[in-house]
Amino acid sequence: MIAALRKEVLLQWRTRTQFIAVFIFGATALLLFSFGVGPNSEILRQFSAGFLWLGLLLSSTLTLAESFHAEMENRALEGLLLLPSDPRALYYGKAVANWIQLSLLGSALIPVMVILYDAGTTRVLSLLGIIVLGAAGLSAPGTLYAAMTAQIRGKQTLLPLLLFPLIVPALLSSVKATSLVILGDPMNALGSWLSLLAAFDAIYWALCGLLYGRVIEE
Amino acid sequence: MPVIHPPNQTPAVMKDIAIDAERLARRFGPRWALADVSFQVPRGAVMMVAGRNGSGKSTLFRVLSTAIRADGGRASVSGFDIGRERQDVRRNVALLSHSSYLYEALTARENLHVAADHLGIKRAGIMDLLERVTLGGRADDMVVTFSAGMRKRLSFARILLQDPSVVMLDEPYGQLDPQGFALVDDVIRELKARGVTVLMATHQIERGLRIADLALFLEQGRVQSFGRASDAPTTDNRQQTTSQVVR
Amino acid sequence: MGDQSQVSKHAAAQGAVAAGLFFVGLYFSVIAPIAEDYGGVNIAFGLPLGVRASLAAICGVAGAIFLLIVDDPKSRARRAAILVGAGLVLLLLGSYWGLFIAPPETYMGQVQRIMYVHVPTAWNALLAITFGFGCAIVFLFKGDFRWDAYMESSIEVGTVLGFLLCCQGAIWAKPTWGVWWDWDPRLTTTAVLIFAFLGILALRNFVEDPVKRAIWSSVATIIAYVDVPIVFYSVKWWNSLHQQQSTPNTVSSVFHIPLRLNAFAVLFLMTGFIMLRARVAALRLSHEIAPPPLLSAEEVGELA
Repeated sequence: MIAALRKEVLLQWRTRTQFIAVFIFGATALLLFSFGVGPNSEILRQFSAGFLWLGLLLSSTLTLAESFHAEMENRALEGLLLLPSDPRALYYGKAVANWIQLSLLGSALIPVMVILYDAGTTRVLSLLGIIVLGAAGLSAPGTLYAAMTAQIRGKQTLLPLLLFPLIVPALLSSVKATSLVILGDPMNALGSWLSLLAAFDAIYWALCGLLYGRVIEE
Repeated sequence: MPVIHPPNQTPAVMKDIAIDAERLARRFGPRWALADVSFQVPRGAVMMVAGRNGSGKSTLFRVLSTAIRADGGRASVSGFDIGRERQDVRRNVALLSHSSYLYEALTARENLHVAADHLGIKRAGIMDLLERVTLGGRADDMVVTFSAGMRKRLSFARILLQDPSVVMLDEPYGQLDPQGFALVDDVIRELKARGVTVLMATHQIERGLRIADLALFLEQGRVQSFGRASDAPTTDNRQQTTSQVVR
Repeated sequence: MGDQSQVSKHAAAQGAVAAGLFFVGLYFSVIAPIAEDYGGVNIAFGLPLGVRASLAAICGVAGAIFLLIVDDPKSRARRAAILVGAGLVLLLLGSYWGLFIAPPETYMGQVQRIMYVHVPTAWNALLAITFGFGCAIVFLFKGDFRWDAYMESSIEVGTVLGFLLCCQGAIWAKPTWGVWWDWDPRLTTTAVLIFAFLGILALRNFVEDPVKRAIWSSVATIIAYVDVPIVFYSVKWWNSLHQQQSTPNTVSSVFHIPLRLNAFAVLFLMTGFIMLRARVAALRLSHEIAPPPLLSAEEVGELA
């Protein structure tokens, strides 16, 4: 797994311009959401957490699909499998790399949210923690589905079609937790939302690792 | 079309059979890329596989190396079944595929590092390997800047990193310069000397027959002929086969 | 000849087992309450109400799953026709009962009558996708394409039932809550479920290779099914400010009879449709996974 993760990080570093492009896409999405609401700063602040996560979710499909571009170009993934490599190690290497990248992307989008929606908070560490947990929820099933859709025509539409309904619980709890941090948490409900998110992460990190071999093997 | 039975083929010495394929078949959609292919290759032999484009050479190699599944028949490579014992087959086989298996955004050296890391071997000999395929001067250039011939050489180096008992080379001469041809011949002879079984698909039939012990000709996913390389079809037939390359 | 009669005897025995299970189910859920309410006789062997209901449900589900598992091409068309026919008759009977015989409910009035189709649809939609989930697991372990055909058909039938469920839910919500859509956990989970399974059906259409199609959709089905309870609880939690709706499980048996008639009606229809749809899927698969065109013995002889 260490070998796989090393390769992924190296590849991501080489294609870092792609990361910047995805970040600009996410920031543009955040800008556009505010036009959907209108120049009402109070409502924008109310919805800021939801917009942040929708922006990250939309950008994540680009990141996830891109992470398989290099694998499919010269069938490099097949090459690794034939060495042989353990499919599970390949999965966790790629899923962790996508997790790191999505966490960075989410963290980079926070200042954009703060500026555009006036959604500032002093609890930066809690916010980063939620981003990391939520990104884990996106990357576990996202990596598995991206492996599938990278192999077929019409992949651009299919990845969000499969992924978006699935990650509803992760999205819901991430949005709820983020807005509790930004808008205040009178009922002290943050912990339970974070446990729900952590449970989602645990289930899908285990399940997708088990099933990945069946998806990439022929 | 006569089927010539391969030499040394006696079931009693199955231990010495490196590849045993029986009625292998594989389909892509409605088309059978491999329809019915059976043959046996003794350990340490060099076999040339020829046939026009689309005759099933690449599919045969991909099926035997477990890159893709077989839809019919069975085969064993180094005594391991390609369906049930995939990981064992993979440990024993190195495939030079039609696809280069290279990461474009990584350098030549990094590509070999990745393969070495996944194989669990040391990175020490990699520079020598790059020198051997005359890529020493370009070791730290990204693959995206490489020509087709250089990619082929790098893929070759990747094969040499593995320690297989069976090597399958899909068009090893393709896109190479004359020095590259000599390098390929050299490597094949070296592998043969080490007792490695070599399968080589090529359109360079004259060159292939000089180095091979056995020759397998495929036609539309079926065996057209199979036998000793020295018994391979006459020059006339061969020319016919080569001319069929252009449909 | 003897072999054939063996086969048909076998099929008759299977049909008798399923019919017996369905009869026990209908007996405890419909016939016994009718006898008690209208004839004043207790023919339920003194079993408590809860046991009767569970027994009926278990027998009905077991009969349907048994029929699907022992399904074979020869008896399929006949059995599916019987199931669909019986389902339609029961549906007419149950709906007539629900619309004209059962009295209006005290709190919700006439609107409540939609529950007589809504609840059976919900139960059977869940049953259909659960069966599809089971098929996905069996396929991944066994690799038998029979289960791929069943997975495709049960997911499709389950998605259609889920769509009907959302429509019925919206029809019920408009007069009850004044809006077509409410973020009720059940309704929302159903909607999420429909989109998840529509995605899987789309995936099946995009993949031409039959083996990859079967494996990938099995994987996606397992992942989506595991998500169902998580979605349900997260939405429930998310929307906990809203008042939960009540289900008619505390009401008297006049309400039970049409509900149970329709439950069996939809169960029969669902099973019949899955069998018919699996036949279509199996026919397509039989072309896609046909064995290779091997040379005949004579041709091989000629070559040698």
